[in-house]
Parts: sequence; C-alpha cells; structure tokens
Amino acid sequence: MTRRSNSPVAGVLGWLAALLVFFPLIWMLLASFKTEVEAVSTPPSLFFAPTLENYREVLQRADYVSFAMNSIIISFGATVLELLLAVPAAFAMAFFPTKRTRGTLLWMLSTKMLPPVGVLMPIYLIVQWTDQLDKLPSLVVLNALMNLPIAIWMLFTFFKETPKDIIEASRIDGANVRQVIFVVLLPLVMPGIASTALLSIILCWNEAFWSLNLAAHNAAPLTAFIASFSAPEGLFWAKLSAASTMAIAPILVFGWISQRQLVRGLTFGAVK
Amino acid sequence: MRLRYACAGVAMVACTATAASAATITVATVNNSQMIDMQRLAPKWEQQTGNKINWVVLEENVLRQRVTTDIATKGGQFDIVTIGSYETPIWGKQGWLATLNDFPAAYDYNDIYQNVRDALSVNGKLYSVPFYAESSFTMYRKDLFEKAGLTMPEHPTYTQIEQFAAKLTDKAHQQYGICLRGKPGWGENMAYVDTLVNTFGGRWFDMKWQPQLDSKEWHDAVTYYVNLMNKYGPPGAASNGFNENRALFATGHCAIWVDATSAAGAIYDKSDSQVYDKTAFVASPTAAVTNVSGWFWAWTLAVPQTSRQIPVAKQFLAWATSKEYVKLVGQNIGWTVLPPGTRKSTYATPEYIKAAPFAKAVEAAILATDLNHPTAQPVPYIGIQYVAIPEFQAIGTQVGQFVAAALAGQTSVDDALKQAQAATLSAMQQAGYLQ
Amino acid sequence: MSDTAIRTTSRTPVSRPKKGLGGRVNTLPLLGPSVGLLLVWCIVPLAMTVWFSFRRYLLQNPLIHGFAGISNYKYLLVDPALYSALWVTVVLVVEVLVISVGLGAVLAALFESKFPGRGIARVLMISPFFVMPTVSALIWKNLLMHPVNGLFAWICRSLGLPVVDFFGNWPLTAVVIIVAWQWMPFAFLILVTALQSLDEETLEAADLDGAGPISVFFYIQVPHMGRAITVVIMMETIFLLSVFAEIYTTTSGGPGVATTNLAFLIYEKALLAFNVGSASAAGVIAIVIANVLAAFMVRTVASRLDT
Repeated sequence: MTRRSNSPVAGVLGWLAALLVFFPLIWMLLASFKTEVEAVSTPPSLFFAPTLENYREVLQRADYVSFAMNSIIISFGATVLELLLAVPAAFAMAFFPTKRTRGTLLWMLSTKMLPPVGVLMPIYLIVQWTDQLDKLPSLVVLNALMNLPIAIWMLFTFFKETPKDIIEASRIDGANVRQVIFVVLLPLVMPGIASTALLSIILCWNEAFWSLNLAAHNAAPLTAFIASFSAPEGLFWAKLSAASTMAIAPILVFGWISQRQLVRGLTFGAVK
Repeated sequence: MRLRYACAGVAMVACTATAASAATITVATVNNSQMIDMQRLAPKWEQQTGNKINWVVLEENVLRQRVTTDIATKGGQFDIVTIGSYETPIWGKQGWLATLNDFPAAYDYNDIYQNVRDALSVNGKLYSVPFYAESSFTMYRKDLFEKAGLTMPEHPTYTQIEQFAAKLTDKAHQQYGICLRGKPGWGENMAYVDTLVNTFGGRWFDMKWQPQLDSKEWHDAVTYYVNLMNKYGPPGAASNGFNENRALFATGHCAIWVDATSAAGAIYDKSDSQVYDKTAFVASPTAAVTNVSGWFWAWTLAVPQTSRQIPVAKQFLAWATSKEYVKLVGQNIGWTVLPPGTRKSTYATPEYIKAAPFAKAVEAAILATDLNHPTAQPVPYIGIQYVAIPEFQAIGTQVGQFVAAALAGQTSVDDALKQAQAATLSAMQQAGYLQ
Repeated sequence: MSDTAIRTTSRTPVSRPKKGLGGRVNTLPLLGPSVGLLLVWCIVPLAMTVWFSFRRYLLQNPLIHGFAGISNYKYLLVDPALYSALWVTVVLVVEVLVISVGLGAVLAALFESKFPGRGIARVLMISPFFVMPTVSALIWKNLLMHPVNGLFAWICRSLGLPVVDFFGNWPLTAVVIIVAWQWMPFAFLILVTALQSLDEETLEAADLDGAGPISVFFYIQVPHMGRAITVVIMMETIFLLSVFAEIYTTTSGGPGVATTNLAFLIYEKALLAFNVGSASAAGVIAIVIANVLAAFMVRTVASRLDT
C-alpha cells in the first residue's frame, strides 16, 4: 500500500463533502417528522418532538402499495426490455464497428434531445388511438424507448473498456465466438451491465412527465403519488417530505445495495 | 371498438356489490383540503349506491392540463372532472360537458347562490356544479394593529393599506406590513393584480379586444403594487405564491394579507397556524372604483360528454354538492371546514356560524362579486381575476412573468408593461381576435 | 492498447458478416431491433410534430383549424422569447456541466484514497440522484433557500450577513445550483468507476517520483478519465437540454423570462396556450438545433471515443 491510503486529510474532506451533499435529504427526512407549521418556521429546530402524523395521513390518503407496485413494474420492466435490446446493439458496435457506427451512436443520442413536452400531443394521441391510456405496457415501452440510447451508450463505453488481451488470449486458446461471449466477456462486463441497469431503473423511477400525462389511476406510479401531495392549497411541506421519503426509500435502498457491487467490480487494473 | 376501460373496475366491484348497477367512475380532482375531505367521505356514497370511485388527485395546474388534454382529444379517461368557473363557460359552449339541469328536486337548485349558478351556466344550461366558492378579502393581525394603535376600517382603501403597512413593517425582526402574491401565473400573482387593476379603473381588453396593458390605470396599479411590496413586503416576494404567503402569515411574519377567503379556515386552525387567535378580516381594499374588488373563483365538478357513466357520475355530483353532504362534513370532519360560498343553507347552519367567525364575511364577499361587470369600463369578456377565453392561461402567465420581473427589480414597471402589451397583442392576433 | 480484434472493414456495409472475434458474425440481428425500434419511435412522432407545426391546432378552440403555412414559425422566430430561451438553455447546460463534472472529478479523485467509512460516504454522495427532481426543487426552494423561512436565510441572519433572495435576484443561478446538486452524483459515480481502472503501479511510480496529489490529479487521473468525462458530458447534455421540472416548480420561468429555457417555452405553448401548432414548431426548431449540436459533437468530442 502506498501512503495514499488512510490519508486523514482525504478522510475529513471526503466526509465533509458527503455530508454537505446529503444534507438536503437529511433536512427533508427531519421535516417529515415535524408538524406543518414547525417545518416552515424559523429558527429551524433540530430538536423537536417527532410526530408520525404526516406518514399516517399520507398512507391514509393514497394507496402507497399500488403506486409502488406500478413504479416497480415500470422501472424493472422497462430496464429488462431495454437491456434485451441494448446489449446486442452495444456489443455489435463496440466489437464490430463500421464507419457508420459513430454516426449511429450520435443519431441515437440526438433523438433524446427533443424536450418531451414537444412531442406530448403526438405521443398522447398515439397512445389514445391504440387504447393504451392508463395502462402499464404503454409506460413500460415508452420508458424503455426513452432510455434505450443512454443504455446503448453506457454499455458501448463499458464494452470498450474490456481488455482486449483477454479476448485475444482466449481466441488463441481456441475458443469459438459463443464461448468468447458467454464465458469470457459476459463476466467481465457484468458490472457494466449492472450499472447501466441501475441508471435505467433510477431514470424510470423518477420519470414524471409521461407518467403524469399518460397514467391516471391504474398505471400511476410513485411520481403521481408525489404529485398528489405537492402544492395544494395549504401547508404541505411536511407531508410532501413524508411522501417523498416513502417514494425514494425503495430506490435509495436498492441503489445503495447494488452500488457496492458495481464499484468493487470494475477493477480492471487488477485483471491479469 | 374501444375497450371499456372500466371493465377491470367493474369486474372487481361486481363480486362485492349487491346493487344491480355497480359501476366504477374515475374522478379527477385537485389536492385541496376540501377535495381531500370529499375523498374521505366518498366511501359513504360508495356504500349507499354500490358504485366504486377511482381517484386521480393532482396539483391544480397539472390537473388542468391533464383534464384539458383528455377532454379536448375526446379521451374519455375521466367521468368527473374538477374544473373551475374559468373553464366551465368555455367548455360548456364547446359542448364538451354534460348539462346538469336534471337533478332531483331535493337537490334544491335555488339554494345555490344565483351569481354562482350564473357563473357556471351558458344560456341557462348548467354545465358544472359548485363544490366550493371563494372571493378575496383582507386578513390582518388585530394584535399588531392594537399594539400600534391602528384601527382597520370595514372597507379600507389602498391608500390606507399603504399607511398601515408603513407603520407595521419591522424588517429587522422579519415582520412585514403587507404580503401579496408575486409568483408568476395567471392564477397566482395575476389573480391578485387583476383585482388591483380593476379597482384602479383598468381592464384587460376594450370592446374591440384591444389589450389595454399600456393604459394609465394599469401603470398606476402595477406601480403601486411594486412600490408597496418593495417597501413593506417580504424578501423573495416575486416567488411567493398563495402557499408561501400562507406559510408566512401562519408563522406570524405578515401584518396584512389580501388573498383568498378559503385561506381563512386554515389560518383559524390551531394545528396549521401560529396566529389562529390573532387574526381578523375585512373586505378587500378598493381604490378609485369602490364597488369592485374581491375576485370570484369556484371549484366545480363537471361530467365530460365522453364519459360512459354519465348517470352514475351525475348521481355522485348531486351527492357531493348537496345540503346533506355539507352536513356530513360538519359532523364527521369539523364545522370550520364546510365547503364555503355555494349554498344559502350552509350559512344558515348555526354550528357553522358559531365555529367559523369568518363565515359571514366570506358570504358577503362572494355575494358582492359580479362576473358580468368586473370593471368600471365596459368589457367584452366575463371574469374578474381572469378573462374567460381559452388563450388567457398563456397570456395571463406571460404577463405575470413580466410583472414579477418588475417586482424583483429586473425591469422598470413601464418596460414590463410594454413587453406585456406586446406579448398579449401578439397572442390575440394569433388567436384571431384582432384582424 | 491495440484493437487488433477489431478490423476496420470500412468499405463493408453493416449487413455483411464481420470478421473479428474469430469468425463471421452477422451484426444485423444484433443491431436491427434497437435501431429499428428507435427509428419508428423517432420517425412517427417526429412526422406528426412536423405536420402539426404547419397547422393551426388550438386544443381548446376546435373551430380554428386548417393549414397555417409557416405562420407558426413566423410568430416564433420574431418572438424575443425564443432567443432568450435559447440563451438560458445554453447558460444552464454549460454552468451545470462545469460544476457537476468539475466537482465530480475532484471528488472522485478524493474518494480514491482509502479512509474509514469510505463506502458509506460514497453512497451518501450519490443519493441526490435518486430523488425526484420536483421534490428536490421544492426542498431547495422552500426549506433551504427561502429568504424568510429557509435554513440558509437563518444561517445568514445568525452570522449577521445579508440574506440572499435566490429566486428573486439570482433565479438562474439558483436553478443551476439545484440541477447541479442532482447531477453531480451522476458524474461522480461514473468517474469513480473510471478511476478504478487506473493501475496501482502508475500511481506508485508517481509517488516515488515525489508528485503531490494535485499533480497526480491533473497529469495522471484526469487524462485517464478522458473517455469517461466525454461520456458524462454527452449524457448530461442530453438531459440538461430538457430541464423542466426544476424550473416549473420554483420560478415558473420567471421573473420575466430569466429562467425560461427552450423546454419551458414549449411547455408554455403546449400546455398553457394549448397551441399545439406553435408548440410543434418550437419542437421542430429544438430538433434542428439538436442535430446541429450532434454534428458539432461528431467533429470535436466524439473523436475521443475510439482510443
């Protein structure tokens, strides 16, 4: 180990930065346990009598479980669909590029540059004509298509990072294409696929525009749940904080768990 | 043929319902406390009739967009929509809403105030029923007034308001003489500014639909507003909407607040406000034109023509806006939070008058409004704090942005109004009002 | 590293089987579905948008309809709001990119050193990315930045400093802060991942040469993160061009047009004016700009993709 490890200065700075960045979320969590008036009054109270009434009211008013289930189905469903399409495509572009590859990649990216609100009417009309309003499949497909360019890009980058020597070595050892892909390549890029999946799940989880416009009740995910608590006539910040804590808790936990594997996994330098 | 989207709902309900006609209706509503109370009490109707309700609860602006898109494209997603006195005449005229003149006699149409009913009818046909109505009035801190030796008259003028605000401002202690809406939006800052312009003698359009934002009345009104807020208002006023001002008043930072009568209930609520025992109220202030001041808004329920459950939807509407429902709210939730401003019987309920000291003032404010004659000079439109044309949402919000810029000090009042006039003119030309 | 496994068969069209990885592989079934679906997803709404942009289509006024010619575009192009929106969009994107990538890179390097609880700290660093943009905006606006009731105002007052009215006087900066707070974790995560592949040996050699942490950062770590930084910039640009929720929740595009970017402008036309024709025209302009941007990126930035 070099002297870079266990550096106290880095430790202090690192923790300071982490706490500063995380602070607004702590504040939100605290607000969710305050009464409405306490949440907006100054001086701000760090020590107060916590109350669960916000959570109680939020749970009473809306069916959290059904919103959460919809969010899970949409996020995971869209991600699976996306990966099924993106992995082969990124694979092809990373290992068999042509002069059109770069152009295709950039064209894919440019499809995402139009603000969604600009195509609201066309998409709304299409979904309406196919009678898919307020149905989960339409949201799953829409989210998958929206994030497909991102997924292909990220996977392309990760595939490019794989050390070619290993592949060369396995080819020299006589492995055929299928073996190279499934035995050698996939384990190497799994962390990359995992991190792409994580990003996609987060993006779908927080997608608020289409989920509000195309889903009314049956397919409404947690973003609609939050929308029902934001900015009504009245004090709402404590309740909104409670609702948001409940909405981000699953994805936060999921992200924290999987993030540990990702960062540990991508250590190409040690692979020899 | 399109699938009946209610199929799934009906299937679910069919197992449990004993009534012959078990239907599921989808209700789109805003997340105001009155509507939330309605959501809480709706199971009683569901039990009575065996029908089921799917609720779609959204914030006002988002809801309006969703509902408008759905209705205009004949989507049929909603059986009941919560709209307001702004949309009702526009959509009623388009034939997008079912007429509601056929409720049973027990509903007692005459119990609903005449001007409220008129606001929601086109050519005698009622297109939506009022859930609750509001006007605007002046709320103030009687304790601060007492301490400074001031008395608030029953019908204050804006000159007096300025004098009061001057004496009651103590910025070093975060006490501000006056709090008013500043956040841009046709229903946010412009709702207030429109009433100010009206009482200063101005109007949005002349009889030929020519915008009047470059007139002297507009200039005087907006200059008064900007100066008042800069001298005696809280910082960040240009991003304070109704909610932020309510928070400010409830936490004791404002001496005077001119805003919706619907705020009164919460300000008097112990759990929502620190000034519940220190507040009093009078009529909305006036300037040159003394008989126009408060605004008029009603949240209403309507049934789109594209609904496939029109009879059931109408049934729910009749229930939710009936005298019995009002009584239900009082008994189950509280007597201070009865849906205000719609029925004479509400204001004849002794429990309500006792529990809500602001009740009579709210009633008076609403009855004093006249949507058909909102301004001193004649106008081709109806609406006090809005203009009931489809283009107004965009126009109002744009002008609201310019006014907010003047309030924030980024432009002068003259520049802001000049830009506002140009934008409004362009919008009216594009929409075909001006040749 | 040489890419001997990748043959540049540049004259061969995509559909011909490729040599490489030891065998002929037909890439069409691999690429086909993705490209095909994206094409359909792209073309159909795009065609409809272009069609609408040439029509008079006011959602709330069905009586007005018909061919509009180029009048939608005409009204848009003479409207100063369009140009101000473009400027705001550019400023927003550039400022957020600089902050998020800059801070992200520095913090990623910082987190390279092992210190107690690094794992947890790393997790805290990326958490803002999980929060819904609307909620972030509301927290920042009402609980933190509010000049009367917010935490920052209280801190300033306690220290005797003047209170900053973020949304009144510095609206775009305030929005940039909120958006950068959300996206910095994204840059951080990708750059931390990229730094993992840096050889220990290179770092040890630099240490032996007596290089301090700052020179190591600039001369070793940043170049190594080159491709990752490029990818981060490109991806963030995509999302930042359509920033909408934060603006809608905090300033509604104001005061004036200080925070109206192109996405908000389109929203005003589509969902406030319900003028589908005008919104579609603005959308088409956005697409044109996007493609110009993509072509620009091909020349400058994308060359770094193939090392």
